[in-house]
Amino acid sequence: MTGVGIGASMVHLPLFGKEISVEDALTPVDVQLKKRMADVALNAARSKGATYADVRIGRYLNQVIATRESQVQNIANSESYGMGVRVIANGSWGFAATNNLDNDSIAKAAEMAVAIAKGNAKLLVEPVQLAPQKGFGEVSWKTPLEINAFSVPITDKVNMLLNANNEAVKGGAKYVNSNLFMVNEQKYFASTDGSYIDQDIHRIWPTFTVTRIDPAGGKFETRNALSAPMGMGYEYLTPKASEKIKGGPVTMYKKRYDLLEDIREATTHVAEKLKAKPVLPGKYDLVLDPTHLFLTIHESVGHPTELDRVLGYEANYAGTSFLTLDKWESKKFNFGSKVVNVIADKTESGSLGAVGYDDEGVKCGNWDIIRDGILVNYQTIRDQAHILGLKASQACCYADSWESIQFQRMPNVSLAPGESVLSAADLVKNVEKGIYMFGRNSYSIDQQRYNFQFSAQLAYEIKEGKIVGMLKDASYQANTQEFWNSCTQLCDKNDYRLGGTFADGKGQPGQVSAVSHGSPTTRFNGVNVINTGRKLG
Amino acid sequence: MAILTKEQAKALLTKVLSYSKAEQCEVNLSGSDGGNIRYARSSVSTSGGISTNSLVVNSAFGKKSGVATINEFDDASLEKVVRRAEELAQLAPENPEFMPFLGPQEYGPESPTFSEATAAMGPKERADAVQASLNQAKENKLNAAGFLSNSAGFSAMMNSNGLFAYNKSTDVAFNITIRTEDGKGSGYATKGYNDYTKLNTKADTAIAAKKALASVTAKAIEPGKYTVILEPTAVAVMLENLFFDLDARQADEGRSSMSKPGGKTKVGEQLLDERVNIYSDPWNPELPTSNWNGDGRPQQKVNWIEKGVVKNLYTSRYWAEKTGIKSLPSPDGAIMVGGTKTLEELIKGTEKGILVTRLWYIRPVDPQTLLLTGLTRDGTFYIENGEIKFPVKNFRFNESPIIMLNNLDEMGRSERTVSAESNTNYLLPPLKIRDFTFTSLSDAV
Repeated sequence: MTGVGIGASMVHLPLFGKEISVEDALTPVDVQLKKRMADVALNAARSKGATYADVRIGRYLNQVIATRESQVQNIANSESYGMGVRVIANGSWGFAATNNLDNDSIAKAAEMAVAIAKGNAKLLVEPVQLAPQKGFGEVSWKTPLEINAFSVPITDKVNMLLNANNEAVKGGAKYVNSNLFMVNEQKYFASTDGSYIDQDIHRIWPTFTVTRIDPAGGKFETRNALSAPMGMGYEYLTPKASEKIKGGPVTMYKKRYDLLEDIREATTHVAEKLKAKPVLPGKYDLVLDPTHLFLTIHESVGHPTELDRVLGYEANYAGTSFLTLDKWESKKFNFGSKVVNVIADKTESGSLGAVGYDDEGVKCGNWDIIRDGILVNYQTIRDQAHILGLKASQACCYADSWESIQFQRMPNVSLAPGESVLSAADLVKNVEKGIYMFGRNSYSIDQQRYNFQFSAQLAYEIKEGKIVGMLKDASYQANTQEFWNSCTQLCDKNDYRLGGTFADGKGQPGQVSAVSHGSPTTRFNGVNVINTGRKLG
Repeated sequence: MAILTKEQAKALLTKVLSYSKAEQCEVNLSGSDGGNIRYARSSVSTSGGISTNSLVVNSAFGKKSGVATINEFDDASLEKVVRRAEELAQLAPENPEFMPFLGPQEYGPESPTFSEATAAMGPKERADAVQASLNQAKENKLNAAGFLSNSAGFSAMMNSNGLFAYNKSTDVAFNITIRTEDGKGSGYATKGYNDYTKLNTKADTAIAAKKALASVTAKAIEPGKYTVILEPTAVAVMLENLFFDLDARQADEGRSSMSKPGGKTKVGEQLLDERVNIYSDPWNPELPTSNWNGDGRPQQKVNWIEKGVVKNLYTSRYWAEKTGIKSLPSPDGAIMVGGTKTLEELIKGTEKGILVTRLWYIRPVDPQTLLLTGLTRDGTFYIENGEIKFPVKNFRFNESPIIMLNNLDEMGRSERTVSAESNTNYLLPPLKIRDFTFTSLSDAV
C-alpha cells in the first residue's frame, strides 16, 4: 500500500520526535561514540545467550514547511534519536528499543531483546535461518548531495513556496497548498558479524495542490505537482533545461524540478479540467507517463514480488500475493509481454531506496525480477534467502525508526527502458484511440494484487496519433497479468524518469518507507477504461 | 512515568507554565503504555512493548506562535522546551489565523474511557489471548495471521488562560485473518474495546474460520448493480469517508461533497434517506470517547445527520469565528442509529442479494460526489430466497456513501466495530442497500 491508508495514507514525518534547531541537525553524532554504544549492546546480548545480535542507532531528522496561499501554516524541525537491538536466542527473534543511551539502559534493552526472543522461542515452529553475511568492519555511505537541504535557510524555502503559491493565485487558482518535506536519516548499524556501518541518507519532496472552483456550477478541480520525491539534496529544486522534456502537453522533469514552471502549468491545467469532456467508457490504448506509471508499478509489480507477502506474513493486513512460489519455480510464468523487464535496485542514484547497506548490514545491489516478461525473482532479506535457495540476502531490510523492528521492505522496483530509440511524442503518433495519462491520483488494488483501478492528474485523449483534448472521470481497471501482457512499447533511456512515494505503508504496527520506481513512457493496448462521474440528488 | 494521575499531570503542567515568558502559553501532555503481538503462518512473528510520553509547548506573542516537543521531564529539559517554543514563536511569521488560547471550559462528567483490566494487561495476557486464537485455528487445520495490541494512556492540557483538561483511556484491538490450507478460503474478524474483558479472541477466530471455510470454491458472477447487505466492518470503511467530509471550511470553500452551487453548503438539506441518523456522544457507554478535544474545546453530544438532513459540520476555532457558525470540534467516534433486526434476519428478508463481510483498499475517486473505489475481501456470499446459497468471487466497487444512503433498504442492530482502514471505532448497523455498484471481478482470495 501506499500513502494513506491502509492505514496507508499518512505521511507522519513531522509528527514524531522532539523539536530541534537547524544547527543541531547539521551536527552528526560522533561515530566512535556510536561504535562504543553499539558494542555495549552487542556484548550484553551475547553475554545473555544471543547467537546473533544487531544494533541500529538512528537519528531521524525531519523538516516540513507547509503553506497555503500567502500564509505559512507550519514550520517544523524534529528529531528522533535512539537505539533498537535485535537478537536471535534459542532460534527465535527478539527486539527491544530505548531512547536512553547510557550504558545501563543500552545493556537493559539488549537483555530485554534476549528475554523476548527466549519467550517467543516457546511458540517457534522452526528456528531462524540467517543467510551468511560477512562483516564489513568500519565503513560509511552517504547520499551523493550537492546541497544539504537542512543547510538552506528556512526563509529561502518559505519564499520559494510562497512565490509558487503567488503564481497560482495570479493565474486564477482559488486555493493553493504547497509543502516541502526534507528527511535526513543518520543511521549506524553494528552486528555480531563484525560490521560497523555509518550512513547519512537524505530525501526531499516538494509538492503542491492547485484548486480552481466553478462556484455557479458547484464544481471544483485540482491538480497536484508532477514532482517526484527524491533521494537527493536541495539541488533537486534547481531547474536545469537539460533535465526537462518539452514538446508534449506537459513539461516533464528528470533530476531537476522547476516548481514555478510546474505550478504555472498546473494552474492552466486545472482550468482546462473544469471544462474537460467526460470519457466514454471502453477499451483504449494507454500511454502512461512515469509520473503516473510509477504507482502502477509499485502496486502491481513491487508489492506482489515481496517474498514475505508471498509466504503469508502480511496475510492479516496488506495481504498475500498471486505470485506464488510455484509460478517462480516453473521459470515460465508469463507475468508480462516480452518487452517487460523489471529490475530491483537499491543503488540507483537519486532514488529514494538508494543506500549503501540495508538495515541488517547487507551491501546493496540490483537484480532482475521480471526478465523478458517472465517472473525470475522476488525481494528477500536474510531470514528468507534460504527459501529461494539464495546464498545471500538481497538487502531489502528496513525499519522506519530506531524503535521499529526491521523487516522486508520494497527496494526501488523499476521498468527498464526500451532498447530502440523512441520518444514519448513518437510513441503517441502511433496510437489510434488512446489516453495519455500524467500524475498519480486514485489507486486501489486487491489483497493478492490481481485487480486494480487507477486514475491520473491529467488525462488527454489521443485520436489517430494526435492529442485532441483533455478528458475527465477516466479510470482504468485491469488484471495485473493481463495489463503487463498488453505492454507493447517503451520509450528509450532518454525518457526514463523516477517517481516515488515517501509513505509506503506495511506491517502491524504500521511502518512507512520511501521507495522510487523508474520507467519510461510506456504503451499498454486495449485497457478497460470506466467513467467515474456521478450525480448526487 | 507513562500514566500520570490528574493531580500529577496538573502539578507537572503548572511547573511547565511557570517557566513561560510568552504572552500566552499552552501545554499538552500525554503518555501511554502498551504492547502488541503479531502472528502469521500460525506462529508469533513479532512482539514488543511500547511506553511513550510527550510534552508539547505552544508559546505565543501576538499572532506569532511556536511549538516545541520533548520527551524528557527533568526541570532543565522542561525549561529548555519552553524557551525553544518561545524562540520559534519569535522567529515565526505572523499567522493571521492564530486564535488566542481558550479560558477555563466546562467538560461535563468524566467519560468511562478507562478500564483497569485493560491497563493491567501484560505480555502474559497477550500471549494467552493469542494462544487461544492459534489453538482455535490449529484445531480446524487453518492458517491464522493476526494482531493484538493494547494500550493505556492519558492526555492533559493546561494554558496560561486558566484552562485545564485531563482524560485517561484504554484500548485493546484484535484482528484476525484465517485462511484455508489450500488458499481458497479466507475470513476476517476485527474487534476493538476500551475494556479488555469484552474481547474473546477464540470466538472472533471462530467467526473468521467460519467465513474462511464457507468462502471456499467461490463462483464468479457478473459485476453490476446488486442489493447488498454490508456487515458493520464494511459499513465502517464506507461511512467514515462521509464523516471525514463533514468539515465546514472545505464545504464553505466549495471543495467537498458538502458544498453546493452558489457557494453554499448542504447544511439543512435532505442529503440522505430520512431514516439516517448519525451522531457522536462522548458518554455513550458502548463507545466512550474523551469529553474534550486536543485544542481544549469540550466534546458534546452532536447530531451530524438527523432524519437524513445535514445538521452540523465540524470546524476549527478560527473558521467558526470567521463564519459565525457553532464551534464544534471533529468527534472521536461516530454512531449511526440502527434498527432492531439481526444480520441473520436481514439475510432472511432478502430475495436476491450479496452479503459483503469486508471491504478493502478504499480510495476516493471523486471528492465532489464522494465516489469511492475498493474491493470485497475475506468472504462474499450470494443470497437467494433468504438464504446464503454460495460464496462468490470478490468484486471491485465504485460507489458513494451518499448515493448508498439514499438507496437504503433496511438497517440492522448497531454494534461496535472497527475500521480496518483507519483503526477508528464506531457504533454502526449492518445495512441493506439497493443498487450497489460492482464494476469488475477480482481473482483474489
